[in-house]
Amino acid sequence: MGATGAVPLALELRSMTKRFGAVVANDGVDLDLRRGEVHALLGENGAGKSTLMNVLYGLHKPDEGKILLDGEPVVIDSPRRAIDLGIGMVHQHFMLVPVMTVAENIVLADEPRRGLLLDFKAAVARVRELSDRFGLAVDPEAKVGDISVGQQQRVEILRALYREAGVLVLDEPTAVLTAQETSELFRILRALTAQGTSVVFITHKLSEVLAISDRVSVLRRGRKVATVLTADSTEASLARLMVGRDVLFEVEREAANAGPVDATPLLDVDALWIEDDRGLEAVRGVSFEVRPGEIVGLAGVDENGQRELVEALTGLRAARSGVIRVAGRDVTSLGVRGRLEAGIGHIAEDRHRRGLVLDFTLAENLALRGYRRKPFARFGLLWPDRMRARARDLLTEYDVRGGGCDTPASALSGGNQQKCVIAREVSEEPQVLIAAQPTRGLDVGAIEFVHKRLLDQRRAGRAVLLVSLELDEIRTLADRILVIASGEIVAELPPDASDERLGLAMTSGGRV
Amino acid sequence: MTQPGPSTLTVASRLSSYLRGGGVIVPLTTVAIALFAGGLVVTITGANPFSTYKAIFDGTGFNWLFPWISAEDRILAAQNLQQTLIRTTPLILVGVAVAYAFRAGMFNIGGQGQYLVGSFVAVWAGSSFDGLPAVVHVAVAMALAAAAGGLWAGIAGVLKARLGVNEVISTIMLNYTAIWIGVYLFQLSGPLHSDTQPSVPISNEILDSARLPVFWGDAELQGLHVGIFVALVVLGLFWVLVNRSVAGYEVRAVGFNPDAAESAGISSGRTYIRVMLICGLFAGLAGSLDVLGWQFTVATNDIPVSDVGFLGIAVALLGRNTATGILFSALFFGGLVNGTSVRNLDPAIFDPELAQNLALMIQGLVVLLVSAPVIVTALFGGARRLGLARKRAA
Repeated sequence: MGATGAVPLALELRSMTKRFGAVVANDGVDLDLRRGEVHALLGENGAGKSTLMNVLYGLHKPDEGKILLDGEPVVIDSPRRAIDLGIGMVHQHFMLVPVMTVAENIVLADEPRRGLLLDFKAAVARVRELSDRFGLAVDPEAKVGDISVGQQQRVEILRALYREAGVLVLDEPTAVLTAQETSELFRILRALTAQGTSVVFITHKLSEVLAISDRVSVLRRGRKVATVLTADSTEASLARLMVGRDVLFEVEREAANAGPVDATPLLDVDALWIEDDRGLEAVRGVSFEVRPGEIVGLAGVDENGQRELVEALTGLRAARSGVIRVAGRDVTSLGVRGRLEAGIGHIAEDRHRRGLVLDFTLAENLALRGYRRKPFARFGLLWPDRMRARARDLLTEYDVRGGGCDTPASALSGGNQQKCVIAREVSEEPQVLIAAQPTRGLDVGAIEFVHKRLLDQRRAGRAVLLVSLELDEIRTLADRILVIASGEIVAELPPDASDERLGLAMTSGGRV
Repeated sequence: MTQPGPSTLTVASRLSSYLRGGGVIVPLTTVAIALFAGGLVVTITGANPFSTYKAIFDGTGFNWLFPWISAEDRILAAQNLQQTLIRTTPLILVGVAVAYAFRAGMFNIGGQGQYLVGSFVAVWAGSSFDGLPAVVHVAVAMALAAAAGGLWAGIAGVLKARLGVNEVISTIMLNYTAIWIGVYLFQLSGPLHSDTQPSVPISNEILDSARLPVFWGDAELQGLHVGIFVALVVLGLFWVLVNRSVAGYEVRAVGFNPDAAESAGISSGRTYIRVMLICGLFAGLAGSLDVLGWQFTVATNDIPVSDVGFLGIAVALLGRNTATGILFSALFFGGLVNGTSVRNLDPAIFDPELAQNLALMIQGLVVLLVSAPVIVTALFGGARRLGLARKRAA
């Protein structure tokens, strides 16, 4: 791979600069994409990856810099133009019409015609041919609403291929995929690049960079800090480039200091049955306990009852039967507020939907737990100065950057938003902290922070239930791993259990 | 890197976050555009828009504030201003009734029905209880009217909280229900029909002890009653409620993001009911102030054509749901209504019949202009929820 000049360039970005007001999102970024390579674009949340690609896709107008496609300078002022030039983009959130078929979605806005009529037969045939050529295994006549998220993503890829994209930009494509779907995606990407397509792969997951890319460009605070060959890189070297310092992958974890086995568990769940929104049994007779000073990891493939379980524990969803005790006290009949007051803290899976009121200021968000009590309120009236003062303390303590106590939460990056949620929940000193996917969508620096805080809870003798789809995370933090499959706890394993055992328990659905 | 936002945003909650406090430029531009469009219509009808607006402005009595007008003009201006403020009083209250619901992410179209129910109860209470001391009588009538308005709106709140009935639909229907209950009550053979005027479809006149005292101008010439102070106090309460109270914090949390509010232990259903009760209370109070302050009766034929409650929507939207904004937009609409009334406008300058339509048109344009960006956002948001067009937040 030494002879750079030998491989033709599909795309070059030269000193791209994009400013939003006073904020420089991209600062003179150079990037070149070789034909048939997977080029990873790596960076922390807010490093400028998406901005750069949105400039390329004609969604933002660059302030400076130029774009060369196959050596020719081009001006891309709209997505339409980008598509015409053969640049395809798959966004994190898909742009598909659920009630239409795969083929209809793919040809939308570019329909094959026969006279005045749409020629859908031709469309279906062409989609099938593309799907077969790259091994995408998508049924052109299935309704998009009926197929899995992983398949929907392939529909998006097909749509780009249908428009003969030679450059494919994938914006954090694995964020929505299961591990299996991810490896399937990687297989597809290899098939694509083998036939000459160039792929830009935006991510902040180091393992994926190493698994799929040929080269990596790292962005930090809007600047490109390096482009390196993946073969010459390690997770540690990439993390250092990305964050600008060494990162601890394995936060230090002291030996388990869980109380004696016969100590009253802080969280005690007994024969819990929960129904999902459609009235189907989502959790079936689950029993477990979390003792003081213990982190229990709940591992499992997504959609196996984790969400319903968390909602039932926090009081957001009524359980059909069973008992939930917090520090020995039966809280089953309490609502959300009662549970919170009984000592449950909740780091919600979806911080935008459940964790934060994005239109509230940080001070207001940080008071969401304690706003009814002193010192924030008296006689039903709020004391905004005290809310602000408290917020300032927490923002400093939890190192929240990007805004002060009067900044709306929506203005913060994902990692800093999550720090706010954690600051609020942890500062309440809950007996039981339920952390649902606490590091989802965060970069390595923020993940390290979250993990440390969870371990602090453990050290303080509190109970933590960690629900995560990331096996590595559960392995790093948990003292015990419970595996949930089809709404049942099918196995209890130690954190050093092998991947095979965990994987088998998670997917078998049966007992191990 | 942006995760999908709250999925349960209603049109009203988008509206409320769009209209979230502050900013005078948009409302002022809105008014300017609406007046300009109104001026074009005036020109088309062959009248002079400048002299028409001048006449309307003089009709509002706001020129009373100008130090340079003659003593003679000042007397007339004072009378006009009293009438404008009489109109402004209920508009402040129904504006608050709409705005508070907006803060909870709800669209209270039912201000009219709540206002009417309040006026019915006020006219009944005001014409009953003979022998009560004046202060007590007024207080009882106002309290009953406010309670009735609150309960009326509370129906919509309960329906939304318990059965998920959209408050837009239920409040509209409750408006009609209120109208026809009123027509039934006060028609010629109705149960609350006047005891003294058998051939006029009208209610009993309220007793003197239930009348609000006039503090500016002549009571015989419909001077300004003290109800405006009630409205101003409520406006202050509204500010405290929204910005400085635990209840208002919960309301705003629910309005911005009901899911996050619920996760914090705030029951959105209970909040909806509570908010509607309070909204109805304010609107019902508005109805009582009009009856006790200057109307003294409810005429059956006026019930279906009254539009104070609907104007409240325009007041809240133009005032961006803030206390200060509501005060100024209520003054604007109060002035517009009074300035274009038949009594004030010289037919030689502009036909008063047309002028009233002009007022309606300006009102409609204001609502349209204030809502237009929101309608677009809402439509776009709706489309986004359906997955039709997902635009990245950047």
